[in-house]
Amino acid sequence: MTPQDSNLQERCGTLIAWGAAGSVTMAFLWLLGDLLWHGLSHISWTFLVSAPRNAGREGGIGPILVSTGLIVGICMAVAFPIGLGTAIFLAEYTRDDRPMGRLLRGSLDVLAGVPSIVFGLFGNALFCQALGLGFSIASGGLTLACMVLPILIRTTEEGFRAIPLDQRLSAAALGLSRQTTVWAILLPAAIPGLLVGSILGLGRAFAETAALIFTSGYVDRMPESLMDSGRALSVHIYDLAMNVAGGNPNAYATAVVLVGLLVLINLLASWIAERWTTANHLPA
Amino acid sequence: MISSSNTISFHSQTDRLLLWGLRLLSLMAGGILLLVVAFLILESWPAFQDIGPARFFTDQDWYPTERLYLLTPMLWGTLWATLGSIVLAAPLGILSAIFCHYYAPPLLATWYRRLIELLAGIPSVVYGFWGLVVLVPVIGQLHPPGPSLLAGILVLFLMILPTIMLVAHASFAKVPLSYIHSAMALGLGRWAMIRNVLLPTARAGLFTGILLGIARALGETMAILMVCGNVVQTPSNLFDPIRTLTANIALEMAYALGDHRSALFVSGLLLMGMVVVFVVMAEGLQYRKLDDTAR
Repeated sequence: MTPQDSNLQERCGTLIAWGAAGSVTMAFLWLLGDLLWHGLSHISWTFLVSAPRNAGREGGIGPILVSTGLIVGICMAVAFPIGLGTAIFLAEYTRDDRPMGRLLRGSLDVLAGVPSIVFGLFGNALFCQALGLGFSIASGGLTLACMVLPILIRTTEEGFRAIPLDQRLSAAALGLSRQTTVWAILLPAAIPGLLVGSILGLGRAFAETAALIFTSGYVDRMPESLMDSGRALSVHIYDLAMNVAGGNPNAYATAVVLVGLLVLINLLASWIAERWTTANHLPA
Repeated sequence: MISSSNTISFHSQTDRLLLWGLRLLSLMAGGILLLVVAFLILESWPAFQDIGPARFFTDQDWYPTERLYLLTPMLWGTLWATLGSIVLAAPLGILSAIFCHYYAPPLLATWYRRLIELLAGIPSVVYGFWGLVVLVPVIGQLHPPGPSLLAGILVLFLMILPTIMLVAHASFAKVPLSYIHSAMALGLGRWAMIRNVLLPTARAGLFTGILLGIARALGETMAILMVCGNVVQTPSNLFDPIRTLTANIALEMAYALGDHRSALFVSGLLLMGMVVVFVVMAEGLQYRKLDDTAR
């Protein structure tokens, strides 16, 4: 290869790398710009609190925000204790080379990969039918709880594993019981990990659509109890875009609200994670 | 972790209580996967008995009301959409990571990574909505009708690109600095170094990202449902409308009864099987990568 050849190759390489990044950026700016351009002007306080009218073409998303909050609330209320318990168990009571821990970790990894539509089928069969909850906010929340567990557990477990071994040894040397060690020493130190895990799980729950269509349903009225069907924000976007002619303006506005919520959630998570790593001088 | 349970003696009743409580919670978490598989099999059992597995591939068509249950057109739809999106997303995702690490000025690299992270968090229904109102009309002008395999491929490509890019980014970060220094000392140019040193070193990580991207594309529902037109047919070109296995479930689950419902659970089982294969392969690669660095 002559020097000219390699020089040409270098130039092409640089061009390809910049070109790829540039075109990807353009595509994404197109998407975000389009959303903001069409959606932002529709958002107002009345849009956020008023009920949808005329199948969602007019009015706002008040009851839908309430339903979304309830679904996600149930999801986190169920997933949080199970996730925390499993994370403590994995980090403090199992070892990587024992079948128990490996089996549990493996099953959670596979669970993390299960498509959301399959969770929808499962939730419909178990919660709506076998347990008789029907199309309800409770069914939707429980289905989402199964879905967010893997990410919640993984992040929380990392939080526990990042605690230096010294703290456990010192606690044992002081004669503290395992229980006191876990509650009084390890848990406070692992709170940032727990928070980040919960926030990431929350984000996943907010973004979910496919698992909710046939578990929590489509009803856009204000829910009166957890056994009522309730429509999540994401389902509202889908329904307006696909089934309601002339629903696009409100679908845009709802999409901006949803994306805005998720961006806030992610910023919060990365802010906590950053503060945590700098405070503890741990590698990211 | 100080030790596992059988090397430390448990002094108090409460310690034992805590351990059993934790075991119970872990059992619940671990049991979910079993429950999912059990319910999928339970619900698809009637279809296996009444219809039989062979007819999902040999019936004339998918007409559940006429008791015809051919799944192959939907299977082809899923496979072509996944293949198309991965062919686009794998090179562009890896190039994006390369750009971030070795070409972009530090500030630009940070912002570019933030942008990609932001996109990784955008819900699939929003991608689908954008595809429906922006992309589909553009494609429709090029070659009617518009909702098509191509639209599905393009939207899926945007959705899985962040996954591939972020995993590739992490694996480039793990390449030992000494490799880069050696390559520079040998007078290799940037592109030559990337091609001959970095890509081979980070190979396992890049494949992991691609496998995870494939798993995500196979299981994606909402975006595909919104832009692909949902006509049950084996696509003959990029502009044909298609229906994927996932979209089929989402469309028909609301009113399906009896064997029809059961057949939808069969397609769910099929889907889950495919996705699990790719996820397990990706995990396996990750373990091998660890072994490689240990040596």
